[in-house]
Amino acid sequence: MTSRRPLPPLARGVLKGDRRALARLMSLVENRDAEAGPALAALYPHAGKARVIGITGPLGVGKSSLISGLLAHLRGQGLKVGIVAVDPSSPFSGGSVLGDRIRLDRAPGDQGVFIRSMASRGHAGGIAATTREVVRLLDAFGMDVVIVETVGSGQVDVEIRDVASTSLVVLVPHLGDEVQSLKAGLFEIADVFCVNKSDLPGADGAARYLSEMVALGTDRDGWRPRVVSASAKLPQGIPELWEALAAHETFLDAKGLRAASERCRLGRELVGLVGERVGETLAERLDRDPRVNRLLTELQTRTTDPRAAAEKLYRSFRPES
Amino acid sequence: MVRAKKATPIRVLIAKPGLDGHDRGAKVVARALRDAGMEVIYAGLRQTPDEIVEAAIEEDVDLVGLSCLSGAHMALFPRVLRLLKLRKVKNVPVFAGGIIPDEDARRLKRIGVRAVFGPGTSLDTIVTTARQIARRRA
Ligand SMILES: Nc1nc2c(ncn2[C@@H]2O[C@H](COP(=O)(O)OP(=O)(O)O)[C@@H](O)[C@H]2O)c(=O)[nH]1
Ligand SMILES: [Mg+2]
Repeated sequence: MTSRRPLPPLARGVLKGDRRALARLMSLVENRDAEAGPALAALYPHAGKARVIGITGPLGVGKSSLISGLLAHLRGQGLKVGIVAVDPSSPFSGGSVLGDRIRLDRAPGDQGVFIRSMASRGHAGGIAATTREVVRLLDAFGMDVVIVETVGSGQVDVEIRDVASTSLVVLVPHLGDEVQSLKAGLFEIADVFCVNKSDLPGADGAARYLSEMVALGTDRDGWRPRVVSASAKLPQGIPELWEALAAHETFLDAKGLRAASERCRLGRELVGLVGERVGETLAERLDRDPRVNRLLTELQTRTTDPRAAAEKLYRSFRPES
Repeated sequence: MVRAKKATPIRVLIAKPGLDGHDRGAKVVARALRDAGMEVIYAGLRQTPDEIVEAAIEEDVDLVGLSCLSGAHMALFPRVLRLLKLRKVKNVPVFAGGIIPDEDARRLKRIGVRAVFGPGTSLDTIVTTARQIARRRA
């Protein structure tokens, strides 16, 4: 009975609108610190109201700039907005430079906005687990819309669908090659496409090309991705972009698909969380297991092979064995 | 042997208050800190003290680095420090870089700036100092 327990101080802070408590809790989540658990549990019932929009696409296409435009648009409607911007960590140093804030303009002193930059930190299970929980904190904090920006390991981040109910893929003119290389995956991710930098030549052609591709494709549960041209620079097309994103959210509700899509995301979250724990436990046990050393020697002397060695270890850990 | 060891990276905010448009130095420092394994939130040019403090809060950083080449450091840096206190951001040390005369550096340190780096400071010194002064988490 989670609700009977006293509210952890950080959770109480988040519910009272304390920005430092929110930020601190986000750090605990990022660090996969067990201390975050009780606060997350206490806040879970308070989340679930925010619209979560995922934005992905190659580096430099203007994702952050578009978010800045959307931010102004949404604040104009009185909506509170949380932004989570995820950038890759360097595989070498583990460090990163997170520069998305540079593009994110906001009115001075506006407390209806909360921006958090996150490094991917090379999590085994991807960034989804951490991002999801950070989004949920912003949700419980009372944000009406949460926007998540990711680049992902390829040019777009497939995992964005694990986090967001509506996904936007941003591209730029002369994207022929990109679309080719992204292939079908692109169309599975995007609920909405935005061709940004429409102030540059070639934008109309790119948008037309994408529209044709969309028209040729099949729709997903009755939704066909929308294609919007915009320029974050001018700015132009921002209200239309929001309209397209909101239309997908409305569609989910109208068709009664929201619950099913949430259930699907929760299912993957659950599997991911169990997987994380199992992985940790396994690594811990293997670390102390004398058989590992013997198997490594056998591998090096070519007296066994990696699959056989893995099979041997796996059998001994299987719960039913 | 099988287990990857987990370390929590130091998070540092690098910001440039003031109106000058030169952020090469700040970017070089940002990259050096990244290469030392830190997560650097780069806030960019022309940040107001209010924006810097808001970013420090939202990003829950362990350290703030300010750079200013316009000569306005004595107006801007103390305001950042005051605002940090006002917003109850505790234990987040501030270091400064830029063209800062010795006399100003001494005054800045008196009001709580933990380290001041002049134009000739080596990146090694900056990284080492940043590591030493960054807020430690239990
Ligand atoms: N010409 C033009 N440049 C843009 C536009 N939107 C963004 N940019 C520029 O593209 C670069 C990358 O933008 P950014 O928002 O950081 O891209 P992100 O990496 O996708 O987040 C920056 O130099 C922006 O100023 C646009 O609509 N038109
Ligand atoms: Mg960006």
